[in-house]
Amino acid sequence: MTYNVQIKVMPLKDLLDPQGKAILGGLQNLGISSVQDVRVGKHITLQIDAPGEEEARKAADEASKKLLSNPVMEFYEIEFVN
Amino acid sequence: MKFGVVVFPGSNCDRDMQDALQYDLNKEVIMLWHKEKDLSMFSTEDCIVLPGGFSYGDYLRCGAIARFSPMMQSVIDFANRGGKVLGVCNGFQILCESHLLPGVLLQNAHQQFVCKNIYMKNGDGRALKIPVAHGEGRFYADEKTLYELEENDQVIFRYCDEKGTVNAGSNPNGAIRSIAGISNRAGNVWGMMPHPERATSAALGNQDGLEVFKILELYGTVAAEKQELATAL
Repeated sequence: MTYNVQIKVMPLKDLLDPQGKAILGGLQNLGISSVQDVRVGKHITLQIDAPGEEEARKAADEASKKLLSNPVMEFYEIEFVN
Repeated sequence: MKFGVVVFPGSNCDRDMQDALQYDLNKEVIMLWHKEKDLSMFSTEDCIVLPGGFSYGDYLRCGAIARFSPMMQSVIDFANRGGKVLGVCNGFQILCESHLLPGVLLQNAHQQFVCKNIYMKNGDGRALKIPVAHGEGRFYADEKTLYELEENDQVIFRYCDEKGTVNAGSNPNGAIRSIAGISNRAGNVWGMMPHPERATSAALGNQDGLEVFKILELYGTVAAEKQELATAL
């Protein structure tokens, strides 16, 4: 079975996110002043062949932990879409 | 003592490093392609250098993909055996991603690529003028790691002003505690954002980079070697 897995990688909450800050400035210049904060992360999609969801989740978790995110600066969330 | 300089796809300071080591420090240099993995010609007294650049296009995170190259597996083994490893700029990022050094290099706090001369110092030493050129050089580690780094004297360089004062104004990227370079606990792996290889030649108008190699004890034998050579002749 092929699983479509979406992984969200975001900078840790305590860390300054310069990219988000720059975008916030842009939004304010645009006149959208109600936006209070912007954080920028990554959205990664994986197609995983696995016998079951548990195995697919395990593979996604390992990939996220070992390569897709760096726990010193980021956290991740895994979501199954099919 | 000889040097190996690893060349990744996207490295762009590898030739500068080779030139500085060969012609300014009079060292034997072997260039190492990232797809190779043979380090048998090096003893742990030798030094492998990871140069600056944009290995693998900085995809995902700076240094994240380079970590998995065949040569890096050998470099990690080499470091764990006590071999000397120096990472400059992108090389520092690769060492952090490889877990040979703690912490991480984040995007500069002011969101801009910074390319200029800065000053940095080792302990109470004099301020050294060394160029930086990076977009992601803001060193960061959690409090526990920082405590360990300070406790074990692993912070080898801090940004400072011309007079050697460490302050916010002389910090080019927002690095925590003005950290410009660190070593591992054992003291055989070093990473730094500034580029000492760009300041080793009188022709370039700045030789403070030679001091950096001296501080890391990657230089000390040059005079002795020259002396030996003179005697032999």
